[in-house]
Amino acid sequence: MDLMKVVNKELASDKNFPKFNAGDTITVHYKIIEGSKERIQQFRGVVIQKKGSGHTATFTVRKMSGNIGVERIFPVGSPFIDKIEINKHGKVRRARIFYLKKLTGKSARIKEKKF
Amino acid sequence: MQGLIGKKVGMTSVFNEEGKNIPCTVIKAGPCVITQIKTKEKDGYEVVQLGFDDKNEKRTSNPEKGHFKKANTTPKRKLIEFTGFGDDVKLGDTLDVELFNDDTWVDVKGITKGKGFQGVVKRHGFKGVGDKTHGQHNRERAPGSLGGSSDPSRVFKGMRMAGRDGGKQVMAISLRVMKIIPEDNILIVKGSVPGPNGSYLIITK
Repeated sequence: MDLMKVVNKELASDKNFPKFNAGDTITVHYKIIEGSKERIQQFRGVVIQKKGSGHTATFTVRKMSGNIGVERIFPVGSPFIDKIEINKHGKVRRARIFYLKKLTGKSARIKEKKF
Repeated sequence: MQGLIGKKVGMTSVFNEEGKNIPCTVIKAGPCVITQIKTKEKDGYEVVQLGFDDKNEKRTSNPEKGHFKKANTTPKRKLIEFTGFGDDVKLGDTLDVELFNDDTWVDVKGITKGKGFQGVVKRHGFKGVGDKTHGQHNRERAPGSLGGSSDPSRVFKGMRMAGRDGGKQVMAISLRVMKIIPEDNILIVKGSVPGPNGSYLIITK
């Protein structure tokens, strides 16, 4: 798989996103093209999982829109991601916090990490 | 057809200009050495024989060693004949992935993964017979009728039945060239190619 490493290196994006993990609250600034116009949409929520490695990795962000949960999967290498902001570092015990899907309201809160 | 011998490395994905995520196959194409040039006068037909992938010298027979010595190269594992190179190539020349530099499309030939003995549903895309329920049992993936009865009193040749599947030579035609990395002889094409990772491929223009 040595040659695969060469390819991954070659295809790696030059963007430098801050490091985040599951449980963190982030805002993804996402470019949307409508006809000829381009605008930036923000998607703020909790990272519930990170998947894959290198330029083909993805991460899933979950937010509550009213009382409906919305999840969005972003590929890290997507040219449409303008920037990623980290709002909060959450304290969670696992890498994939799917239990969050069942919780609503006060129980769906995540404790903030204190350094 | 001009071409090269290659090896499947693996798959990945690339975002194109439109921002679409395109599945891609990574191929190590070349470097190939010209091991023999066959001519009309001597061999009856005109081809260029290319060799790819080094082979252990200990595992090479003496007649083979002599063949590779003529081209002044090390023993190669895979030898394939190609046409269309014309007169501008010499014995012992090395061809690399830059052969495809101004191509947008390539064809890739390879041997598909062997599937073993398979039924007609997987092997020929049959739909099976009838339902899962309504009193029926164990006919879900059956082939159904093989033909008539007393006339013709036999099963026609070529009737599609269960049997060995996969392990056949298949050509993936018109694959778009996404990227070429000349330093490592890497060719990245859109879509999939036949065979497992590490299998030999024939890439033609």
